[in-house]
Amino acid sequence: MLKTLSAFAIGLVFGTGIMLSGMANPAKVLNFFDIFGTWDPSLMFVMGGALIVTAIGYRLVFRMGHPLLADGFSLPTRKDLDAKLIGGSAIFGIGWGLSGFCPGGLVPALGLGRMEPVVAATAIVVGMIAVRIVNRLRAATPAASANQA
Amino acid sequence: MTEFTPVMSLLGGALIGIATVVLMGIHGRIAGINGIVGGLLTSPASGDWSWRAAFILGMIVSPIAMSAVTGDLPQITVPVEPIMLAVGGFLVGVGTSLGSGCTSGHGVCGIARLSARSIVATLTFMATGLLTVYLTRHVIGG
Repeated sequence: MLKTLSAFAIGLVFGTGIMLSGMANPAKVLNFFDIFGTWDPSLMFVMGGALIVTAIGYRLVFRMGHPLLADGFSLPTRKDLDAKLIGGSAIFGIGWGLSGFCPGGLVPALGLGRMEPVVAATAIVVGMIAVRIVNRLRAATPAASANQA
Repeated sequence: MTEFTPVMSLLGGALIGIATVVLMGIHGRIAGINGIVGGLLTSPASGDWSWRAAFILGMIVSPIAMSAVTGDLPQITVPVEPIMLAVGGFLVGVGTSLGSGCTSGHGVCGIARLSARSIVATLTFMATGLLTVYLTRHVIGG
């Protein structure tokens, strides 16, 4: 219960930060990318503010040894730069540049009661499921998994 | 044109950072929205489901909570056709799944940990985002 309630409260703060920052506003996001047109550099300040707080805060938190309500910190361990990471990120950037919505910007926009965020969110979930289906099919085909290895 | 809002954006960014740090301090989890939503696509039976759903619900409710304080819902402008929202959204879903992260997971959490993967991912999606807007606004649509 405490875990669920605290996650809700943290999501509320995260979403408020996104709304205040302008990340949920596609007009602002697309203008951030439009350096040669109607450039709005505001989003650099979002990344800057979030990074300074997180870089310092993470260091303090990791010194605690373990999180308050969990056994350990769940951190990614991979270090390799593979084609999937770079190709996937490239595709994400294209989608972000077309729609103006990244996942973090989109979720609080859903609370505004407008149609556009619902369209984008549905498409994102369809894309996520498509990758999972393809991954499962590949894992089930011995030839494909051999190729991958 | 959109108004340049350095103070509001810095403040919003700091709040994002605070929530990111507290999620790690209490739950031991990376505040990557793509990853948190991705975990919801598995069976609700896993014990992992409720904190993820609660976090996302908190995010969705946040503009309504803000309007309770300020009296107005925050405003956004979507200068994009619905078909482009659908195509772009699909690519965001595919790309963040393949690339294991989005702006929050790689751009904030990963870079704050000085992860080489996240730094490369962030530079990549920023570059293709810039290129996409350049092409759609100044080459094709210009």
